[in-house]
Amino acid sequence: MIENVLKYGSMFILLILFQGLILNNIEFGGYVVPFLYVFFILALPFETPNWIVLIIAFVLGICVDSFTSTLGMHTSASLVMAFSRSYLLKLIEPRGGYEFNSKPSVQIMGLPWYLMYAFILVFIHHLFLFYVESFKFTQFFYTFGRAAFSTFFTMILVLTVQLFNYKSTTKS
Amino acid sequence: MRNLIRFLSKNSFIFLFVFLLFISFVLLVKHNNYQNSKVFNSSNFLIGNLYSTINNVNDYFNLKEVNAELAEQNARLQSTQISTFTKVFGTTVEIDDTTYSQKYVYTSAKAINTSTNKRENYITLDKGALNGIEAGMGVVSPTGIIGTVKNVSENFCSVMSVLHEKNAVSAKIKKSGFRGSLVWELGNYRIAQLKDIPNHVKLNKGDTIITSGYSMIFPEGEMIGIIKNFDLPEGNNFYNIAVEFSVDYKKLSHVFIVKSWMKEEQKKLEELNDVVPK
Repeated sequence: MIENVLKYGSMFILLILFQGLILNNIEFGGYVVPFLYVFFILALPFETPNWIVLIIAFVLGICVDSFTSTLGMHTSASLVMAFSRSYLLKLIEPRGGYEFNSKPSVQIMGLPWYLMYAFILVFIHHLFLFYVESFKFTQFFYTFGRAAFSTFFTMILVLTVQLFNYKSTTKS
Repeated sequence: MRNLIRFLSKNSFIFLFVFLLFISFVLLVKHNNYQNSKVFNSSNFLIGNLYSTINNVNDYFNLKEVNAELAEQNARLQSTQISTFTKVFGTTVEIDDTTYSQKYVYTSAKAINTSTNKRENYITLDKGALNGIEAGMGVVSPTGIIGTVKNVSENFCSVMSVLHEKNAVSAKIKKSGFRGSLVWELGNYRIAQLKDIPNHVKLNKGDTIITSGYSMIFPEGEMIGIIKNFDLPEGNNFYNIAVEFSVDYKKLSHVFIVKSWMKEEQKKLEELNDVVPK
């Protein structure tokens, strides 16, 4: 338990710093920004109580928002994502339920399951985020395009992080 | 009552979600309207300091270019000094202090955080209320205009960049003097649109666009950019003009904050026009 708290705590800080100081400065043609910090919500263990996930998402969002001075934007988007997570986990639960004491990862759940899980949640998050940012539907397809391309790049980063995890656990 | 409590506890997850979402929307709307939530914006103490530490490191890599830019500006300023002018008429030239009164004051500052990839981009500078900075002042760099000061904390201020959908700058074409307003839309951070130039004006690619000085935020004649291309849509009275900024907003470093002494006076005078006579 203590070990988990330490592990997730350090991951929380690392992800926020990485997002705030490095990823926010990356852009592809003024159009696409990857948001890796959502990986934290993706990686929480299966048996985390739903309300804790919500509160974590809220705090995570506020931290990321304070880097960009856009209070409420990332907060609401990650809340919606955390909310959808509990329903999605029920929806795509494998037969026999989830293993005790495990978490969503490529290694445990397999690549197709993880891709579906991560893609749906990241896409929900990005759609919400970009529409809240523009706060209007007049440029519907433009905003949709931004969300879709950003999702693509975030997914690449999420899978890269997964790759690192994969290696470290097989070695030990 | 018992039913109500049972209903609440059964759906506590959804209620918590709605509650937190409500909070975040309140934050969002409030923040969008006033942009002044002092605790959480990037000019707050903790994150402001973090950014300035990181910026110190980044600065070393830009020293060469910044030096060149500053030297160029020094040369330009030097050439406007009284001592570099020769007396043409032979008689003494008297500089009477009361004939000139200072209109603008410059404070140098350093950009410690910038963004170019959002709809509403802000720049954080390392000067704040303690240095006499107030909201509404203009910010320029040696190569062109930057934006308008929006929020001020003790040691930092955040600047609404010209790369901001709601920031329109009063600009004019240097050659012909026609005035229009310059707005930027998300996409290419090097290009802005110049609106309201009527179709009888002669334009050329490469024409210089400067500030008009009408708004009293920027001094007249500060560089904005050059015309990259333009077209006149069929049956339209106004040109579509694409202006390429002279400043690369991704490598901002040393900038100047401009205080206008006479802004208040001009504002007060112009407000008199709106007063309905009784």
